[in-house]
Amino acid sequence: MSVHRRKFLKLAGITALGLAGGAPAKILAEDSITPDSLKEVTEATATPKAPLVARRWAMVIDLTKCREAGDCNDCQKACHLTHNVPDFGNPKDEIKWIWKESFHHAFHEQEHEFLDEKTKHGPAVVLCNHCDNPPCVRVCPTGATWKRENDGIVMMDWHRCIGCRYCVLACPYGSRSFNWRNPREFIKDLQPEFPTRTRGVVEKCTFCDERLARGQMPACVEACKAKAITFGDLEDPNSEVRTLLHEHFTIRRKPGLGTQPEVYYIV
Amino acid sequence: MHNGGKIILGLVIFLILITFPVWYNIANDKAGYVPELEKAARGDDCVRDSNYMTSNHMDLLNEWRDQVVRENDRYEIGPDGVQFERSLSNTCLSCHENKDKFCDKCHDYMGVQPYCWDCHIVPKEIQQ
Amino acid sequence: MLEKALSGDKRYWSWVAVLLSVIGIGTFYYLRQYNEGLTITGLSRDVTWGFYIAQFTFLVGVAASAVMVVLPYYLHNYKAFGKITILGEFLAIGAVTMCMTFIFVDMGQPYRITNVFLHPSPSSLMFWDTISVFGYLILNIIISQVTLGAERKSIAPPKWIKPIIILSIPWAVSIHTVTAFLYSGLAARPFWMTAILAPRFLASAFAGGPALLILFCFILRKFTKFDAGKEPIQKIALIVTYAMAINLFFIGMELFTAIYSNIPEHISHFEFLFLGLEGNTTLVPWMWTSMILGVLSLILLINPGTRKNEAVLGFSCVILIASIWIDKGMGLIIAGFTPTPLGTVVEYVPTFPEIMITLGVYALGLLIITGLYKIALSVRKQVTT
Repeated sequence: MSVHRRKFLKLAGITALGLAGGAPAKILAEDSITPDSLKEVTEATATPKAPLVARRWAMVIDLTKCREAGDCNDCQKACHLTHNVPDFGNPKDEIKWIWKESFHHAFHEQEHEFLDEKTKHGPAVVLCNHCDNPPCVRVCPTGATWKRENDGIVMMDWHRCIGCRYCVLACPYGSRSFNWRNPREFIKDLQPEFPTRTRGVVEKCTFCDERLARGQMPACVEACKAKAITFGDLEDPNSEVRTLLHEHFTIRRKPGLGTQPEVYYIV
Repeated sequence: MHNGGKIILGLVIFLILITFPVWYNIANDKAGYVPELEKAARGDDCVRDSNYMTSNHMDLLNEWRDQVVRENDRYEIGPDGVQFERSLSNTCLSCHENKDKFCDKCHDYMGVQPYCWDCHIVPKEIQQ
Repeated sequence: MLEKALSGDKRYWSWVAVLLSVIGIGTFYYLRQYNEGLTITGLSRDVTWGFYIAQFTFLVGVAASAVMVVLPYYLHNYKAFGKITILGEFLAIGAVTMCMTFIFVDMGQPYRITNVFLHPSPSSLMFWDTISVFGYLILNIIISQVTLGAERKSIAPPKWIKPIIILSIPWAVSIHTVTAFLYSGLAARPFWMTAILAPRFLASAFAGGPALLILFCFILRKFTKFDAGKEPIQKIALIVTYAMAINLFFIGMELFTAIYSNIPEHISHFEFLFLGLEGNTTLVPWMWTSMILGVLSLILLINPGTRKNEAVLGFSCVILIASIWIDKGMGLIIAGFTPTPLGTVVEYVPTFPEIMITLGVYALGLLIITGLYKIALSVRKQVTT
């Protein structure tokens, strides 16, 4: 059934390399592809914006900035709009990819009686941590969720998920939601570029993999007016996330479980 | 043969019943009917030739699905040399704008009910 | 041999009719769930597994417990179990079928269930659980078919079946161990993350399953001409006694570790079970009932006088099964979710459709067991006359 698969892969691979600023000429020579296809490739690369790539995507969330923004909920609004996340209006069926949790719940092992009021009652924006060592991936019986080897994003394949919800049990952060019912009619503003889900599958944040592929930053990062969310390559010592981690004291959720979350918090 | 007559009669009734749709169509002058699908808005330049697409589009879509979702391999070069996105909603339906007169017409004829649209959105649907 | 399940007196057929109608009701509600989604259950974002999986866990134990009659009979040549071994194996077949059906009705996308085999993922315990439970079903079908077939012809079973029977013994232990691993390997759920979970599962299984077998023997004696005999029943009662003692001992160990260490994330789940948490006391009466019934059953079983009285023994078995069903089913599953990893308490109560679907699955299992027992008894009758 593989439809000229190799040829596509080759071309697409070269395209990706070209976009990433590699040396197409050299690769073409090695793969002995004719100058005609080179023309095709160079023409094609002009169409979309170059994808954003990293060796390990990570996020730093500055809760001090988030706190100052008060009741703002732009990150969630942008994310849920972009990804056709339904709003059922009840906590039982609720689906959420990113949300403002109370510090008390997000970091309940960090809490103590005399914690300063600002932190204690302040918000903590939470989402999938895209763990380096994701327990959800380990337990999935079908490979419907997996960690992308090249950049660490924990992905979801909604075509393959059988809806057993084992990943929901395994996630220590409550980041995964299940479609208890058909979501379509509960989405106010359908975005045609992104699919909805069907009832019976699990969904969660994917660090906007589809936007990264088009060269855009994640929707929440773009939407945050307080600039509290920074996104970048953890393996790049000059990246913004690395600078922030270098300059601030940061914490992660439930570090003791060894999941190695890739979302860091400045508190 | 014990009860031979009854068995043969039963078989004949069974055959008539299961071939009923054929007789029905002949009676209604619809024998050899093939649905006519709406032409693509942008002409004949599909991502593959149309014979291939008619019989293999489902395999291609399955392959695109794995390439896009699982391999993050989202673009390919079309026959016109222009790169396009591997996407049902955003590429296929940008030319075949009318799902009813294109996808559904043939799927109904074939008696298949693909569940693509449970999740993927027909851009036109939103305008309604 | 299957045709023997198709002939019976009026009482047999009325019982089958009752079961079929319960299955019908269950199917009706399942179709609703299939069309509307699992939203018709009481499950939620925070309590994602519930009544179905609780039954699954309990019934894996019932299935595994067949080993308690198979092992003495085949490994120790304990002849007294000769008459009831087949009943244990058939009970296992019924229980495993229910297990698989409960998993099936719990799936969000049931028609994609073959993905487990199309995209096998050995890192997932659910993959191994599927294999072990399915394999156990196959083993028991082969073993019971071959041994009963031989009995029907009054010949010794073929030699090749012996290694398969021996294999079924560790396999029975494995199905419940893997089921425990399903829970106990999750760092996100401290309540289940205890090394004693698999042993605890086995202890409660070897108490509850054989107790159920005793009850079935009593029922068969009352309604058919089959009598398992006093000796084997007393022997099984002894097994139940030991297993229940160990089970309660394990529960005590769990409580000690959680309470004495005083680690909030461990103790809070037990608080939820026995005292209630943040005003949520849904399971409190159930758990105390379970504990009281458990201890009472053990007292009645340990005391030789009460154990040897078959009426009291029957009663003890009923309350013992009830105790384990509550503790190992709802107690174990729901407490694992409460409090949630974010420290919140979310109430879960199974809904009416959920309970109806559950009853439907139980009726299906009972129908299978009824049919199989009918076959076994007919073969016996044929051989003796």
